[in-house]
Amino acid sequence: MNFFKEAKALVKTNIRDYGMYIALFVILLTFTSLTNGLFMSSRNISNLLDSAGYIAVLAVGMTLVIVIRHIDLSVGFLAGFLGAISAIFLTQLGLSVWITIPVILLFGIVIGIVNGVLVARVGIPAFVVTLAGMLIFRGALLQVTEKSGTIIIKNEQFNAIGNGFIPSILQINGLHLLTLLVGIAGILLYIYSEISQRRNKLSYGFEVPSIGIFSIKLVVISAIIGYITWILAGYNGLSWTVVIMIVIVIIYHFFTTKTIIGRHIYAVGSNPEAAHLSGINVQRITYIVFGSMGMLAALSGILFTSRLQSATTTAGTLFELDAIAAAYVGGVSSAGGVGKVTGAIIGAVVMASLSNGMNLLGIGISYQYMIRGGVLAVAVIFDVLTRKQRA
Amino acid sequence: MDEYILEINDISKEFLGVKALSNVNFKVKKGEIHCLVGENGAGKSTLMKVLSGVYPYGTYDGEILLEEMVQQYREINDSVNAGIGIIYQELSLFPDLTVYENIFVGNELKKRGIVDWNQTIDQATEILNKVKLKVIPETLVKELGVGKQQLVEIAKALSKDVNLLILDEPTAALNDNDSENLLELLKELKDQGISCILISHKLKEIISIADTVTVLRDGKTICTLDASSGEVSEAVIIKNMVGRDIKEIYPKRLDKKVDENVLELKGWSAYDPELGRRVVENVNLKVRKGEIIGIAGLLGAGRTELALSIFGNPRNYKLQGEMEFQGEVTVLNHTSKAITSGIAYVTEDRKNDGLFLLQDIKNNISIARLKELSKNGVLNVNEEVKTGEIYRTSLNIKASSLEQIVGKLSGGNQQKVSIGKWLNTMPKVLILDEPTRGIDVGAKFEIYSIMNELIKEGMSIIMISSELGEILGMSDRIYVMAKGTIKGELNAKEATEEAVMELATQ
Repeated sequence: MNFFKEAKALVKTNIRDYGMYIALFVILLTFTSLTNGLFMSSRNISNLLDSAGYIAVLAVGMTLVIVIRHIDLSVGFLAGFLGAISAIFLTQLGLSVWITIPVILLFGIVIGIVNGVLVARVGIPAFVVTLAGMLIFRGALLQVTEKSGTIIIKNEQFNAIGNGFIPSILQINGLHLLTLLVGIAGILLYIYSEISQRRNKLSYGFEVPSIGIFSIKLVVISAIIGYITWILAGYNGLSWTVVIMIVIVIIYHFFTTKTIIGRHIYAVGSNPEAAHLSGINVQRITYIVFGSMGMLAALSGILFTSRLQSATTTAGTLFELDAIAAAYVGGVSSAGGVGKVTGAIIGAVVMASLSNGMNLLGIGISYQYMIRGGVLAVAVIFDVLTRKQRA
Repeated sequence: MDEYILEINDISKEFLGVKALSNVNFKVKKGEIHCLVGENGAGKSTLMKVLSGVYPYGTYDGEILLEEMVQQYREINDSVNAGIGIIYQELSLFPDLTVYENIFVGNELKKRGIVDWNQTIDQATEILNKVKLKVIPETLVKELGVGKQQLVEIAKALSKDVNLLILDEPTAALNDNDSENLLELLKELKDQGISCILISHKLKEIISIADTVTVLRDGKTICTLDASSGEVSEAVIIKNMVGRDIKEIYPKRLDKKVDENVLELKGWSAYDPELGRRVVENVNLKVRKGEIIGIAGLLGAGRTELALSIFGNPRNYKLQGEMEFQGEVTVLNHTSKAITSGIAYVTEDRKNDGLFLLQDIKNNISIARLKELSKNGVLNVNEEVKTGEIYRTSLNIKASSLEQIVGKLSGGNQQKVSIGKWLNTMPKVLILDEPTRGIDVGAKFEIYSIMNELIKEGMSIIMISSELGEILGMSDRIYVMAKGTIKGELNAKEATEEAVMELATQ
């Protein structure tokens, strides 16, 4: 009896967080049954995650930008432009991947900080600053690809980022061994960190969830990680794109939840005036958030260019709006101060699953847009309604 | 006999169990200037909101008679149609529109559904003559000074055929010359048969203009004074405005004299580039260790501005003068520096610039002290919870857990979270701006006790308050501010409410 009460209370207070996981689960289940399991096949899931990658990293950055009550419309063409620059570095300048990638990421950071300075110091609305940026980078992309048209990249290392998989070592019953090992390591690491956190809390004499709820949580999440690993191992294993996504989420999750900077970002988002009066340098936080957005835009450009193995003249079109949609589906609040990076990834996966599933079912593109629009609207309505309930 | 244009009978209004008005009676004769006075929070604004329909009929008890007819306003437009015009303290003009557009905004003159601008300008000119404002109606409002803008407000009210004009502190932002013009105008309007209710804190102008004065205190009508029979004088008004029993509300504390300056300001001035004037002017002030300094004054006297200029200057005023903190000349150019040096500021408006309402108690209490709760930039959340618990217990914050969202707490508990956040930074000087605004008596007493506890530990407190009782009951010394400067320093033991008021209304 007590157990159910506790579970009920947990669900009630966290309905906002669980909402999109439930939505994702429903979407996966629906498509799997409609496609007779084809949707959940190893090959399709692997494709789906790879195609979500370049939007997912943008959505992570966008979530933080929206959390501090701004917006960044320039990231789509910035990604396209920096992708083209990396293609030029690799092909026309003949630089190695190990130089190209850091330099491109640095470009992204610098451009992001310029946006941040214009917003926070000069005081121009972010919408306008980044709209201007969007036009400028669109022009710049056309400029650099004007002579050559599409730039084809032959660098295998670079192309592996968007298309390659981690080496397998050994195939066991057609399963990718290293992927399995990584999955098992992930599960162990997860269990270890949960238990040590719980122990730490207990040592302070704090309340923790009952052992029943705690073990159920461990089992469920381990099972999910295990299942995803098993699916991916059934095809080519973990792709480099997924590895990058996971690394980005872990880093950003750590920064936003465990560090001073993270706490400051959410403080600035939920009340800039109070943040300033609490000794927080609001301008600096704005630079950091826009700088990180710029870096992730550069990363998104690299992922996309590598996936296509070429830089095109229209790369990056509408990425910014897909990223904004993913961020909102992932639970960021338009009023600022609320939104998690894990949510952003889930949001991106939800949107990618919708496209992928509907493609498998052969649904026309016109309906696809309408359905994705509807999902976005429902996500924001859900956000507004649960917020009302909390207040 | 006298005819009344307005009779307010037995009006009561409650907010969540707190009586803002209880059985208020108030009568305005035809063609008189009736002044309404009272401390901040005495219920003047609430009464005017009842009268104008902001609080619709049914949300209060009692009745309103206008020209002997019972009035039941459901919205603001009803009171406007009945001939009541209100000019609020904050001007409600559109700076980027012209004078004539502003006068007729919301009341546009139409011909077959289309605005007739020619007639509008024509009528605007006429009304401008009436209020003696010599400007071209096409002028943009933002090009006018505050005094002239105030006249535009009156013109706007007159454009709607008012019989009863209500002005809420119309001269608060005006200089002496503009104030005099305005008061002259009110007298002329009176001769034209327009009655007027004037809410003001400036006793001198009340005495010069009022036919009748009504004093409100704690939501009750205290008295109505008639000027023609010589009842109105500064002393009488002040006596009626203040003078409640304060002994029981303020907890006793032992006298502890330490003659050690913690904070001293010398020739301190702050110029606000946005307003284009000095908000703090040549302030000299001392704060000793372990004492409570009360800063009294009326709204707009520059008290909050003074606090901000000390607390790292977040509004970027241009500062002049010298600040000595713990015996050293100190320059604090960011709030973070003020915090690390040991100054804390609990804001006046906890909802808008004090708390993070969407976040939980723990995050709010720790936000100004994250550095001490972390290692290499990584937070120790368990330490954070531990310190949070300390303040939750010691300040008696009533909440189910530290994870409760602050926006859901009551006003008193929110204020305690706000105080907890700043105590957590271990300040040497704690500035409290209106520490008990909008909280109930029980929580007030708790906050006063906390203040006494803090100074016992050697902290110094600067308390800004508009409540005279609190200023007298809690302070060791009192500075009275008006117009950005300190008008006088009083020893709390010898100070009276009358003396404070006299300085504040200078």
